[in-house]
Amino acid sequence: MSKLILNRRGLLKTGAAVGAGMAMPTILTAASDGGYTNAPTGSTVTLGFNVPQSGPYADEGADELRAYLLAVKHLNGEGDGGMMNTFSSKELKGNGILGRKVEYVTGDTQTKSDAARASAQSMIQKDGAVMITGGSSSGVAIAVQGLCQEAGIIFMAGLTHSNDTTGKDKKANGFRHFFNGYMSAAALAPVLADRYGTDRKAYHLTADYTWGWTQQASMAAATEAKGWETVANVLTPLTTTDFSSYIAPVINSGADVLVLNHYGGNMINSLTSAVQFGLKDKMVNNKNFEIIVPLYSRLMAKGAGENVKGIFGSTNWHWSLQDEGSKAFVQSFGQEYGFPPSQAAHTVYCQTLLYADACERAGTHNPCGVGEALEGFKFSGLGNGDVEYRAEDHQCFKDVLVVKGKENPTSEFDLLEVVEVTPRAQVEYDPENEFFAGGSLGTCNPGA
Amino acid sequence: MDAILLQILNGIDKGSAYALIALGLTLIFGTLGVVNFTHGALFMIGAFVAVTVGKVLDISKITIDPSRVDFLGNPAKIRTPYVTEWFGDFGLWLIEWSVLVSVVVAIPVMILIGIIMERGLIRHFYSRPHADQILVTFGLAIVLQNIIKAIFGANPIPQSAPDLLQGSVDFGVWVGMAENAVVYPLWRLVYFVFSMVLIGGVFAFLRFTTFGMVVRAGMADRETVGLLGINIDRRFTIMFGVAAAVAGLAGVMYTPISPPNYPMGMDFLVLSFVVVVVGGMGSLPGAVLAGFLLGIIESFASMPLIKDSIAAIGLPSIDQIIIYLVAVIVLLVRPRGLMGKAGMMEE
Repeated sequence: MSKLILNRRGLLKTGAAVGAGMAMPTILTAASDGGYTNAPTGSTVTLGFNVPQSGPYADEGADELRAYLLAVKHLNGEGDGGMMNTFSSKELKGNGILGRKVEYVTGDTQTKSDAARASAQSMIQKDGAVMITGGSSSGVAIAVQGLCQEAGIIFMAGLTHSNDTTGKDKKANGFRHFFNGYMSAAALAPVLADRYGTDRKAYHLTADYTWGWTQQASMAAATEAKGWETVANVLTPLTTTDFSSYIAPVINSGADVLVLNHYGGNMINSLTSAVQFGLKDKMVNNKNFEIIVPLYSRLMAKGAGENVKGIFGSTNWHWSLQDEGSKAFVQSFGQEYGFPPSQAAHTVYCQTLLYADACERAGTHNPCGVGEALEGFKFSGLGNGDVEYRAEDHQCFKDVLVVKGKENPTSEFDLLEVVEVTPRAQVEYDPENEFFAGGSLGTCNPGA
Repeated sequence: MDAILLQILNGIDKGSAYALIALGLTLIFGTLGVVNFTHGALFMIGAFVAVTVGKVLDISKITIDPSRVDFLGNPAKIRTPYVTEWFGDFGLWLIEWSVLVSVVVAIPVMILIGIIMERGLIRHFYSRPHADQILVTFGLAIVLQNIIKAIFGANPIPQSAPDLLQGSVDFGVWVGMAENAVVYPLWRLVYFVFSMVLIGGVFAFLRFTTFGMVVRAGMADRETVGLLGINIDRRFTIMFGVAAAVAGLAGVMYTPISPPNYPMGMDFLVLSFVVVVVGGMGSLPGAVLAGFLLGIIESFASMPLIKDSIAAIGLPSIDQIIIYLVAVIVLLVRPRGLMGKAGMMEE
């Protein structure tokens, strides 16, 4: 039988080990001084950038990461300051956030919810990230938003366009600057009815996940309200790369419009297939066959090449805007990377600045304080005119851009032209609107 | 009728790619007995040979045009490809037909890559179990994917077909149907014809050349051929190179259909393995037949009529799993596959 020998050194070691063990959950979930998850205690604060670096949205993810790094630079007082100079709030001084230098960690969401949750979890638990931000898929954003709510971390959503993100899946710890499917449809439908008439038959191809479903439902409702008929809606798996077998049935469906509720690599491939099958040159029901891409981005337009010419869509922001904020951001990003930023880059840059500004105004990184500072916050100078973070659902409301693939581009970046700046009032909706009903923000969770 | 014809065309088009990859897989399995999970990556590398050729032909001289400005308001940079400077109209032709130029470049490049791969890594695993071979070749595929991602990025890079072969043709008229009943992209038809020529070329090479006869003899009885003093190993290494070239050429020609990106090979690999199993392990005609057959079945499963009918009986969409369902049925009913040798996988 072994004999327990306890000397002073052993007692001290055992005591220290037990003490550290008991303190561990507190270290991971709540800092002693702040009373919230990962409260920064040193001279730095860590932000977690969770973006797709692989998968169908990798293109957007890469541009988001560039913008995050630029925002960190500006917050730390390096570079030209970008949109910090034009932002209506003047709390940011280029000395980090609340005097702490901004550091960051990155993760690859792989455009998969489980991978995104795992990398966010790692950034929170291992790296001590006090805020998680990123996209670019609504399925991913909703999954990570839920995780952040449970962990007591603020989630500043990147490129997520599903109605559900600030609809039935909204959370008190989550905030979205990007617009949504409903707003795209509300902006696009009047322009489409004006250009293509009110007697149209639309065939929808839809990415089979939350974003695709809500985008399609919004587009169908908005266009049907203008007199269009929806003849079919075919769901396509997100992993599809060859859309030819989905495009071929469109030709004999009697439809004279194809709505591609696809984004990123999906959209590049489906649009390429549609053009290869000659849809753009077809006459159906004595009308020119038209293709619509409700959510557009310059990166997608670049990937799809010539095929985007003349095709309508909507976008959250475009580098050619001539307001002071947009010009400052394009200048700053362009000098850094040699090409203009995408809408994905713009929205995440804004989110990073908005988070930092809210911390400064609240005087804390505590998610409840930050959330309170963001709720109902009205601002301008970030490239979208006058904007408001609505308190009821944490959705930003601002003007929406209706764009069209440019027929005669003057440069490799000049791919989209802004057809209309749809005013905020036209795309605004009641928080209890049928497309957004069913969820509740709940209460903020500081994690302590 | 026209909808059915369209899906058949789509199916044989997709099946062309499956058949070409499966043909290479079967060649390698039949000659070296290796289950090569790198084969999808070879398809992808072929596609990126086309991207590289396109980029090389696009290397440009940059001049400043003070009369125009770029997006930052600086004087615009004008790019003029060197090939057009040096060769004039011929340079323009090279750029426009870069996909076909890539076919010529890809043949030696892919054969070389195949031989290096076989001599450098895979030969060390001949005597190891199939599970080891699968692991090492799958690992190699991931390494190759990540090398391509590091060099070219994660984004799809669009490649154009030559102007002459772009657009679509009224296929329906060719087969006696009404005008505009079946309009089909011209390049996809080119891809089908190309794949048939390539498949025919491989079969002819194996059947009508001395080299091919020796290889076939070696596939049937490696030991006896070796006893006759023939260096069958060297021939099998060359066949690995040929199989790599077939996959690579399939990738090159696929670039105008779908902009290449680094994971594209993996999408085809798994399906092509199913094609090999359904066709019959080691059977070259079986691989080709199953490639086309499964391509057509997959295409039909995507039709709204089929999807709706399946949804009506309360089942989820089967377009992503139909190939695997067919594989399960074939393996249950005829384990050796459609054209596999009697006894193969039937023990």
